[in-house]
Amino acid sequence: MSTLVIAEHDNSSLKPATLNAVAAAQAMGAEIAILVAGANCAAVGEQAAAVAGVSRVLVADNPAYEHQLAENVSLLIAEVAAGFDNIVAPATSNCKNTMPRVAALLDVSQISEILSVESADTFTRPIYAGNVIATVQSTDAKKVITVRATAFDAVAAEGGSATIEAVPAVHDSGLSTFISEEVAVSDRPELTAAPVVVSGGRGMQNGENFKLLEGIADKLGAAIGASRAAVDAGFVPNDMQVGQTGKIVAPDLYIAVGISGAIQHLAGMKDSKVIVAINKDEDAPIFQVADYGLVADLFEALPELEAKL
Amino acid sequence: MKVLVAVKRVVDYNVKVRAKGDGTDVDLNNVKMAINPFCEIAVEEAVRLKEAGVATEVIAVSVGAKPCQEQIRTALALGADRGIHVEAEGRLEPLVIAKLLKGVVDKEEPQLVILGKQSIDGDNNQTGQMLGALANMPQGTFASEIKVEGDKLNVIREVDGGLQTLSLSLPAIVTTDLRLNEPRYASLPNIMKAKKKQLDVYTPEDLGVSVTSHVSQLKVEPPAERKAGIKVEDVAQLVDKLKNEAKVIS
Ligand SMILES: Cc1cc2nc3c(=O)[nH]c(=O)nc-3n(C[C@H](O)[C@H](O)[C@H](O)COP(=O)(O)OP(=O)(O)OC[C@H]3O[C@@H](n4cnc5c(N)ncnc54)[C@H](O)[C@@H]3O)c2cc1C
Ligand SMILES: Cc1cc2nc3c(=O)[nH]c(=O)nc-3n(C[C@H](O)[C@H](O)[C@H](O)COP(=O)(O)OP(=O)(O)OC[C@H]3O[C@@H](n4cnc5c(N)ncnc54)[C@H](O)[C@@H]3O)c2cc1C
Repeated sequence: MSTLVIAEHDNSSLKPATLNAVAAAQAMGAEIAILVAGANCAAVGEQAAAVAGVSRVLVADNPAYEHQLAENVSLLIAEVAAGFDNIVAPATSNCKNTMPRVAALLDVSQISEILSVESADTFTRPIYAGNVIATVQSTDAKKVITVRATAFDAVAAEGGSATIEAVPAVHDSGLSTFISEEVAVSDRPELTAAPVVVSGGRGMQNGENFKLLEGIADKLGAAIGASRAAVDAGFVPNDMQVGQTGKIVAPDLYIAVGISGAIQHLAGMKDSKVIVAINKDEDAPIFQVADYGLVADLFEALPELEAKL
Repeated sequence: MKVLVAVKRVVDYNVKVRAKGDGTDVDLNNVKMAINPFCEIAVEEAVRLKEAGVATEVIAVSVGAKPCQEQIRTALALGADRGIHVEAEGRLEPLVIAKLLKGVVDKEEPQLVILGKQSIDGDNNQTGQMLGALANMPQGTFASEIKVEGDKLNVIREVDGGLQTLSLSLPAIVTTDLRLNEPRYASLPNIMKAKKKQLDVYTPEDLGVSVTSHVSQLKVEPPAERKAGIKVEDVAQLVDKLKNEAKVIS
C-alpha cells in the first residue's frame, strides 16, 4: 500500500496543515510520498523531504501550477495518482477546491474532512455542522480523502530524509487564468495553527474595536478570529471567519468575545482545549461550551484583561 | 445566456440534528426542511443575472426523492423560470449527483452552472468541483463576487489567505460563498405564480447514469459532549484560573 499526500504551500514554504495530513496518512499504515505542485517551489520540496516518516517527495515545478488552479493541478494529481492507493490532502481551501475534481477524474468518491482512521477503508467524519459524527466505509480501490487538520497531531517537520524526484508532467487546461490575490499580511500566527485564538463577534460593534483584542492577542501570541456576523458586517475580512463554513480551529485556548455561540460558530471551535467566553448575556449559548465564562460588558472586561496579563 | 442552478433539500439550518439512539442514522422525523442556504444564494445570483439582462433563462434543478420539488418551487418563487427534478431515492453521493447534473448540463447546455459551496447536512463541499471535472469546465468555487465580461467570467473567491480573483472561460461552474449576495424573500404572488411554472421530471436512466454507491455509512453518533464549565466572578479570577488551573497562560 502507498499513500500520496498533497502538500499545501505557497511556493516558498510548506504549510503546517501538510504535517497533519501526513499524520492521517501514517494512521492508514502505508508508505508515504508527498507531491509538491507549484512553480519555483524547489525549497518546498526540500522541506517536504525533511518531514518525518516520508519516503519520497515528488516535485512538479511548472508555471501552470503556480497559483494552484484546480483545473490544472487536478489533472496532474489524477495522473500521479496512478501509482498510489490513497490520495490524502489537508482540508485547506486549495485542496477543497482541487480534490473533488481529482476524485471525479478517477471516478471515485471523496471522503471529506476525516476525523479519524478506523481501518484501511473506514473513517469518521463530521456531518450536520459537527452535531453528528458518521463512520463511513469506502469501497473504492483508490481513495481520495481530505483531512481535518485539527483532528490529527502534526508529525515532526524535521528528521526525515526522503528522496526528491522531479515530475515532468505539464497540464495546462487553458480554462482558467489567475488575475490577482489579496492576501492579508500579519505578524500573528496563522489562525488554524495558533496555540491561542481570540475571536470577536457582533458584540464588538465595529472594526475599530477589534483593537481591543489586538492588545490581548499580542500578549498571548494569539491569532485573531471572528464570527460570521462580524465578517458580514464588514468589521474584519473573510479569512478571519471561524465556523462550519469558515476555518476550523482547535487551539489550547480560545477566547470568544461578544459571540453568542450559534451552532455554526461552535462547529469551528468546540474542539479547543480550553474555551473562555466573555458575553454580557448570561444566557448566551456560548456559555454551554465554555470552561470559563465571564458575564461582563466586553468594553470593560477587555482593557482590564489586557492589563492583568 | 442560460443559467442552471442546483438546489438541495436539507434540514433547516436552525434545527440541531441528533443521531438516533441506536446509531443507525440521524433523527429527521418531523424536522423542518428547507432549501440549503448556499443554494438559495445560488438562485439569487442567477436571478440577479437575469434582472441585469445577462442571463436569458434560469433553470433550477434538484436531485432527490419527490419532496425536493418543494425546494424547486421555492427557487421558482424566487425567480427561476423553470424546474427540473431528477427523481432518485436513497442517499446519493456527490459523485452520483455530479454525474446526474452532468446529464442535465448535456441536455440544457447552460453557459453557467451555479451551485452552493457545501450543503449544511452532508458538509461534503464536492459536487460543484466534480461537475467541473466531468463537464470539463473551469470552476470558481467559494465565490464572493462574479461578473460576466464578454465570453469570460471573473470570479472573486474566498480562500484561506484572503481573496483570489480568477478569469474563467465560459461555460463555467460557480459555487457560492455566504457573502456573494443576500437572498430576497419570495412574495406571496410569486409563490402562487411558481406553482404554474414548468417542472420536468427525469429519472437517472433518462440521463444514462447508474446510481451506485461507493461509500456506505456504518453508524452515526453524537460528538464528544463538552460540559459547561464555571462562571468566573471577574477578570482577576479568570486570569488566575487560566494560569493556575487550566495552565494555558503563563
Ligand atoms: C449556512 C450558514 C453558515 C454559517 N456559518 C457560520 C460560520 O462559519 N461561522 C459563524 O460564526 N457563523 C456562521 N453562521 C452564522 C451563525 O448562524 C450566527 O448568525 C453567527 O455566528 C452570529 O455571530 P455572533 O455570535 O457574532 O452574533 P450574535 O449572535 O448577534 O451575538 C452577539 C453576542 O454579543 C453579545 N454582546 C453584545 N454586546 C456586548 C458587550 N458590550 N459585551 C459583551 N457581550 C456583548 C451579545 O450578548 C450576543 O450574545 C452561519 C449561518 C448559516 C445560515
Ligand atoms: C445522515 C446522512 C447520512 C448519509 N449517508 C450517506 C451514505 O452512507 N452514503 C452516501 O453515499 N451518501 C450519504 N449521505 C448523503 C451525503 O452525505 C450527501 O448528502 C450527498 O452525498 C450530497 O453531498 P452534499 O450535499 O454534502 O454535497 P456538497 O458537495 O456539499 O453540495 C454542494 C452543492 O451541490 C449541489 N447539490 C448537492 N446535492 C444536490 C442535490 N441532491 N440536488 C441538487 N443539487 C445538489 C447544491 O448546489 C449544493 O449546495 C448521507 C446524508 C446524510 C444526511
